[in-house]
Amino acid sequence: MYGTGIIRGLRITLKNLLLPSRMFTLHQYPDRKVGILWLAQNADINPLKYVLANPGKSIRAIIGLETVEDRQPKHPRFRGEEFTWYEQRCTGCASCAKYCPLGIIRIVTEPSGNAMPEGEKYGIEVFDIDIGRCMFCGLCVEACPYDALHLGSGFEEGTYKREELVIDIDRLRKSRKKPSTWFRPQLEEKSYDPGIGRDVDWTEAGRHESPSSDDQAAKWAKR
Amino acid sequence: MPIRTEPVTINLGPQHPSTHGVFRLRVTFDGEEVIDLEPVFGYLHRGTEKLAEERTYTQIVTLTDRLDYESAMSNNLGYVTALEKLGGIEVPERAMYLRVISVELQRIASHLVFTGFFLQELGTFVTMLMYCFRERERILDLFEMLCGARITVSYMRPGGLTQDAPSDFWPALNDFLEDMPGYIDELEELITRNEIVLSRTRDVGVLDPEVAIDASISGPILRASGVQWDLRKADPYEIYSEMDFEIPIGATGDCFDRYIVRLQEMRESVKIIKQCVDKIPDGTVKTDGAFFMRPPEGDAYGCVEAPRGELGFYIVSDGGISPYRCKIRSPSFINTTMLRDMIVGGKMSDLIVIFGSLAVNMGEVDR
Repeated sequence: MYGTGIIRGLRITLKNLLLPSRMFTLHQYPDRKVGILWLAQNADINPLKYVLANPGKSIRAIIGLETVEDRQPKHPRFRGEEFTWYEQRCTGCASCAKYCPLGIIRIVTEPSGNAMPEGEKYGIEVFDIDIGRCMFCGLCVEACPYDALHLGSGFEEGTYKREELVIDIDRLRKSRKKPSTWFRPQLEEKSYDPGIGRDVDWTEAGRHESPSSDDQAAKWAKR
Repeated sequence: MPIRTEPVTINLGPQHPSTHGVFRLRVTFDGEEVIDLEPVFGYLHRGTEKLAEERTYTQIVTLTDRLDYESAMSNNLGYVTALEKLGGIEVPERAMYLRVISVELQRIASHLVFTGFFLQELGTFVTMLMYCFRERERILDLFEMLCGARITVSYMRPGGLTQDAPSDFWPALNDFLEDMPGYIDELEELITRNEIVLSRTRDVGVLDPEVAIDASISGPILRASGVQWDLRKADPYEIYSEMDFEIPIGATGDCFDRYIVRLQEMRESVKIIKQCVDKIPDGTVKTDGAFFMRPPEGDAYGCVEAPRGELGFYIVSDGGISPYRCKIRSPSFINTTMLRDMIVGGKMSDLIVIFGSLAVNMGEVDR
């Protein structure tokens, strides 16, 4: 009989509309509009009291001008933009450049600029990553033998020009040290979450124990 | 003397919302009836096979993500299966279980996309698409936990996986497995007995089993025609031989059967994942292999049952760090070859329904 399908469909639609477990989640992004109830709940007072205390903010909330910053929740393993790079850990071996399927990493080193003792390390002059062509496969991170390069956690890198997408060494030095835990089990063991966590120091980011400055000094003294 | 009428030739696509990408159908109509049809493809050709010849074996995994971008996990598995055959690489057992879990999740996700778009092409604007994509979101979230990406996963490596599943993956997976049968019931209640869907899809685009076998059609389209052929049973790879599941087959091979077979396959996939979660052993997920691996000279063909059919990779090695030749047998491409036989003689309104029921992915057709 024609028509029963529509009734069944309406029943399911109604169920999805009313049951809280089946509701569609709506993410207003990056600014989420909030109402008076949310503001009052956040300030932890009665909504009526809140309206009396902040009439200006309440009116703004009613006409939809009060917003909070909302971010899509991401898993710590999310392979995001803004590579996290630790200059102290990097030896300039260019494994990442070699492993990159697209060849978008360029590294220029100079042998004289030793920052670490015993000549274990090249000074790095150029470290360019063209994230305009990067597909975030993470092979460079997988390749890095010293855990110097990590994937980042952001995904909001919109620019107007392609050359602004080329990350150079200064930007890598200055960028926030919030690495993704992808292929970095040592960060996962600490249950580190780049979304809420703090910046990670270069001594904590590696798989191996790094010598303290005292140890290094002792090593030098012995020799 | 009556006025002479002429057939009308129309270009459907390449930029058409119903062609799942850039695909062009040159259709000749006589009124409402389709009298000739010529599929034209190649608009999305990226030269994956040629690109693979100058990448190392591990780097090619990233290329396979982009073949069938709705089932990247299956593509990864197809490639590494061929490579492991070629190099004789042993895979740890835990890695095999995780591979099967991720591949079956991908199968559910891919079939959900099919269901949504199939109903979209029947005219339900975006209602079904939203229902299906809500469920699919949860699978993509699980993929994000596993490998940090949602679509282009690059999760598998020759000899295992990139890394083990995180600790919060298992509770999320169990939650999903509990909810998924209910979701499928809901989809079935919405679609399967709906009179409009039935009248639009029953006895439309019938494909006979003999014709399907001759044209080497594979996957749900072949099974909808009533042929019980599934590589997971016929030539078990990974740990499918230990799994208990059934192969749903259709009765007549029309568009409705192609839909119902996929819906049943989702249920079977949930069953397989549940068994995997119960049985999964502890241990490592990766063998220590060289990044620049050099498999011995020779060739190997590895194939898996991807959501759209048999996905095969034929790799020829000359002993170097990159393959001499990498041929991809993509199911969508082979399945498209029977389009003309199915559509010609039908009505104009059936054209998009039949094409939609094939669930062709253009990234895979053109490679």
